[in-house]
Amino acid sequence: MKGILYLNQFFGQIGGEELADFKPEIREGLVGPAMALQQELGDEVQITHTIICGDNFIGSNTEEAVETIISMLKGKEMDVFFAGPAFRAGRYGAACGHICKAVKKEFDVPVLTSMNDENPGVEMFKKEMYIFKGGASAAAMKKDIKAMSKFALKLLKGEKLLPAAEEGYFGRGMRDQIWLDPPVTAADRVIDMLLKKINGEPFDTELPIPKSDRVAIAPSITPEDLSHMEVALITSGGIVPVGNPDRIQSASATKWGKYDISQTDDLVKGEYMTIHAGFDPAAANNDSDVIVPLDAMRRYQKEGKIGGVYKYFFSTVGTGTTQAEAARMGKEIARELKKDGIRAAILTST
Amino acid sequence: MANLIPVAKTVGVNRLVPTISIPYPLGDPATSKEEQFKLRYHRVGVALDAITTDIKEPQLFKVKI
Repeated sequence: MKGILYLNQFFGQIGGEELADFKPEIREGLVGPAMALQQELGDEVQITHTIICGDNFIGSNTEEAVETIISMLKGKEMDVFFAGPAFRAGRYGAACGHICKAVKKEFDVPVLTSMNDENPGVEMFKKEMYIFKGGASAAAMKKDIKAMSKFALKLLKGEKLLPAAEEGYFGRGMRDQIWLDPPVTAADRVIDMLLKKINGEPFDTELPIPKSDRVAIAPSITPEDLSHMEVALITSGGIVPVGNPDRIQSASATKWGKYDISQTDDLVKGEYMTIHAGFDPAAANNDSDVIVPLDAMRRYQKEGKIGGVYKYFFSTVGTGTTQAEAARMGKEIARELKKDGIRAAILTST
Repeated sequence: MANLIPVAKTVGVNRLVPTISIPYPLGDPATSKEEQFKLRYHRVGVALDAITTDIKEPQLFKVKI
């Protein structure tokens, strides 16, 4: 059987961050980690090609990169496709996910990758492919490759597969009916669980409920209180002072900034702009109040509806940003606001 | 305040006020500066009123302009 591996520019031995714009290339044979993968797969599967692409290239030209790689793979014999391991590298993880997803769709072969649980690629893609639970850094290379290849061989040979947790990949939310060995009826199992619970012993539910990340509804604030309170402005529309002092990324942001508006009544052209790469910036560059409505807030302040506007507005970019990153940034911003006693905010998204 | 209300709902926003577009949520550049401000002032006002409104479940607040 034949397999192909995807790597980024670093593990593909092209170079580091300065070469992250490297366009996709396909090499015959084994490059970098492909050798370890081949070793683990033994004679059963031959890795015939290695694909290499820069993390930034695929990050900012995802569609083009995916199309190029798919066209490179056309006509190649392939029974299984691997990507990574990506460890904790976020852009690499997202790249592995995008490529695996496209390969699965186009060629319908098993796709496997490996990432650390902190990698945003896990949340983005775990439902759609086998993502093995990998280490935080390349120190785990051997172990991570072993986990992927062991499972790939089982899969290709049609052996009996165990639940995700036992095989070592992130659960995909799929259910499967299995026969227990030895057979124990549901009634017996539930009583066992109940007894363990009563005795304060640990037990595993057979129906894990996915954790819901809902934020509770905040209680309302009286108009009277509001008229004495500062309200904060937050945006995912990428409004920043011209020059983008915090170098917030234009897509897949991991950073947010806060900017002093205590002496400002209007976000005028030439002083503020958007760095968001997901929409035409003309309108926002011409008048950033269309995204961060400071001028309208000042009017309400003058009229006494609000006590004031919090001295900083907060900004990041929402496009391509994972929910996990967004949640982290949201928590960090909320912490800043709470520290200064701010209880209300308006968030404008684009 | 969001243009893509279904997305905002999915990610769990509780008080929602619609905006008019992605690139210019609060002011259509094809209209005059005064009209843009009027729209922005109105919708921000709806958002401020939303803060003072008790809700039991996620709610989309209605705008007039």
